[in-house]
Amino acid sequence: METGNEYMMWTALLLSRVQFAFTVSFHIIFPSFTIGLAAWLTVLEAFHLISGRPVYRRLFEFWLKIFGVTFGLGVVSGIVLAFEFGMNWSRLSEVTGPIQGPLLTYESFTAFALEASFFGVLLFGRNKVSPAVYLFSTMMVALGTTFSAFWIMVNNSWMQAPVGYAVENGVFVPTDWGAIIFSPVVWVRFPHMLIAAYLTGAFCVAATGAWYRLRGVYAVEGLVMLRMGLFLAALLIPAQLFLGHLNGDYVHDRQPAKFAAIEGRWHDEQPAGEVLIAIPDEASEANQLELKIPYLGSLIASMRFDSKEIGLTSFAKADRPPVAIPFFTFRIMVGCGLLMAAVAWLGSFYLLFERKPWQRLLLWATFLSFPLPFIATLTGWFTAEVGRQPWSVYGALRTADAVTPTLTVGAVTASLIIFAVVYLVIFSFGTLYVYRLLRAGPVQSEPIVAPNPKRPLAVSGGNPAVETTQARGWL
Amino acid sequence: MILFWAGLLAVTTSLYVLLDGFDLGVGILFAFADEPNRRKMLSAISPVWDGNETWLVVTGTILFGAFPAAYAALLSAFYLPLVVMLCALILRGVAFEFRYKSLGFRWFWDLGFAGGSLVATFIQGMTVGALVEGLPMKDGHYTGGTFGWLSPFAALCGLGLVLGYSLLGASWLVLKCEEPIRARAYQWLPVLIVGVLGFLGCAFVASLAMHLELMHRWLERPYLLIFPLIGAIAAYGLFDSVRQRNDPAPLRYSALIFMAAFGTLACSFWPFMIPFALTVEQAASPPASLTFMFWGAGLFVMPLTLIYTTVVYRLFRGKAAELHYE
Repeated sequence: METGNEYMMWTALLLSRVQFAFTVSFHIIFPSFTIGLAAWLTVLEAFHLISGRPVYRRLFEFWLKIFGVTFGLGVVSGIVLAFEFGMNWSRLSEVTGPIQGPLLTYESFTAFALEASFFGVLLFGRNKVSPAVYLFSTMMVALGTTFSAFWIMVNNSWMQAPVGYAVENGVFVPTDWGAIIFSPVVWVRFPHMLIAAYLTGAFCVAATGAWYRLRGVYAVEGLVMLRMGLFLAALLIPAQLFLGHLNGDYVHDRQPAKFAAIEGRWHDEQPAGEVLIAIPDEASEANQLELKIPYLGSLIASMRFDSKEIGLTSFAKADRPPVAIPFFTFRIMVGCGLLMAAVAWLGSFYLLFERKPWQRLLLWATFLSFPLPFIATLTGWFTAEVGRQPWSVYGALRTADAVTPTLTVGAVTASLIIFAVVYLVIFSFGTLYVYRLLRAGPVQSEPIVAPNPKRPLAVSGGNPAVETTQARGWL
Repeated sequence: MILFWAGLLAVTTSLYVLLDGFDLGVGILFAFADEPNRRKMLSAISPVWDGNETWLVVTGTILFGAFPAAYAALLSAFYLPLVVMLCALILRGVAFEFRYKSLGFRWFWDLGFAGGSLVATFIQGMTVGALVEGLPMKDGHYTGGTFGWLSPFAALCGLGLVLGYSLLGASWLVLKCEEPIRARAYQWLPVLIVGVLGFLGCAFVASLAMHLELMHRWLERPYLLIFPLIGAIAAYGLFDSVRQRNDPAPLRYSALIFMAAFGTLACSFWPFMIPFALTVEQAASPPASLTFMFWGAGLFVMPLTLIYTTVVYRLFRGKAAELHYE
């Protein structure tokens, strides 16, 4: 084979990886927010039906608007992924299609259609259906988003730890669907992702509540959001840390090279230390500026003080993942998790005991904490996916053999640029519109009749937030 | 089992073409309306458009699960056009919400909405055209390079689908909207019918002139002639219903024309999935995959999805009320 051709293949491969990473990272932001938000909407609607307190209804209508914008972005960015498997990874979809295809079919069938159909009722059916049916529709949307996440996690877990298959004529044929769906890996990774989504929703809600308290607006709504968000987060965080540990166990047992990369462990060690922070250097196969605690590595990996833990140099260079990315993204994820734990627990403590001196500081901390769950989710996925390299299906199909063979550098460069431009435009505007909605808050939202039809937002019943928007009417 | 999934694929594809067809068509016609009318046109499709679009995803994932070889070959063959189509669908999808949230950029989202609808439709038509003409394939893999799908015939089919979806869109507007949109749509309809019939004629002549392999099918399978016959009857019914201003009828007849065209293609492709390169049988997943999909997705979820799609449409039946956004 000509070397030039090989070089070209490699570049189309790398660009395809960058493109998939970009589009999937962009996408995951929205589901991780909307899965949590859909559950929260269900709770609000149920609370309102039970207690009849208007504040729950106001909050529901308010968060439904935000759900609408983010759900739309999640749907449209998700369609791209369903196509990219075939477009960029046609070899992968051809040989693993008999397994990944049905899983993704279930995803789109059980969830996508469920979500999209009942979401229409949510947005436009308030006056067309009974309250019970409306609540049911809310639940169906929440259930749909959860199912969606479940099938995606089954599929991805199969790529991480393939089970229940046989290779016939180069094609991965399913032999045991039960083993694929009820793989223990699925049942630690799916809850981890689900709770990540609930934490994302909880922190966004709590941060919005804190923001209103700081600005001295919407006192009732703000307190409800702050309470519900922080209490839920405080309860979920310990479970999430524990599930994170279980995830580490499966990586340790099934993906030792990824585990070694995450740990920054270059050589076999007995007993193994735990590298807290360092700069891993692939050229010299060693860490620089290393801060390491002896014995802790063995304890974390095997629950013993004297276990032998495998280092990266025990694997051929061609079988090692890149080290720096999983090493750092894992630490960022854990750091975000610990910060979230601190905010959730201190904040809940304050809410229970009304400690005045802490108030503004905690409100600011809660307000500023909203990016943490997003960063943690993204870096967690980076750790999982980059750490799986150089495999597309771990130990069974290399990423280099998964890419579309006919893909040219020009075509992927063009598509990457197109996706980047379109995504940046819709993401910037989407963020801006969500920010405006959040800033304006749960105003009594009778349909607003604009005096100037080109600027429907530029009217208000004397609400300062909306007036600010009016002052910024140039956008 | 293979037959079941091929049949289901035909059902979801035709559902997508009919359902997203009319809302993409409304998107194209959107360019020719003024602001108050634009709002009403959007109100006529906003409760259902995203449900309609999921049929594209459902079709894509059935193709992936049941016919992975065809999925891999088709999607990698149409790489660039699909990228552009997806971005067009994204822009048009977010425009539904964003145009009402934007303060000075509404023109941009309107451009994205109408332009996105137009581009997505054109590309869908073009890919069908390229398939009819025949893709360069070898051993079940695409070999045509980045622009191997591009041809005047494919472009003609792109144009044809733009007219076709607009026809569905105008028929939908007649059904769902009050004056003055209803009157505008009735003005558009005859023009679009003539356009669509003209396109079908051109495509037929071009196919004959190019000696397309597909045309031999017509000699081998004379029963195929029933589809153009149905199409012709539907076209007459459509003209008649427009003359009588019978609001619900045009959509039925337009849909019938589409079904006739779809039936023609499906029956002349059979047993090939990608004409004359990959058969349905060759492209299919092993029985273990098809059976797994059948017992859950095929037997339960698919009928359920159809039922609640019907329910949602019934919920929003009648003339559309203008929806209020903020």
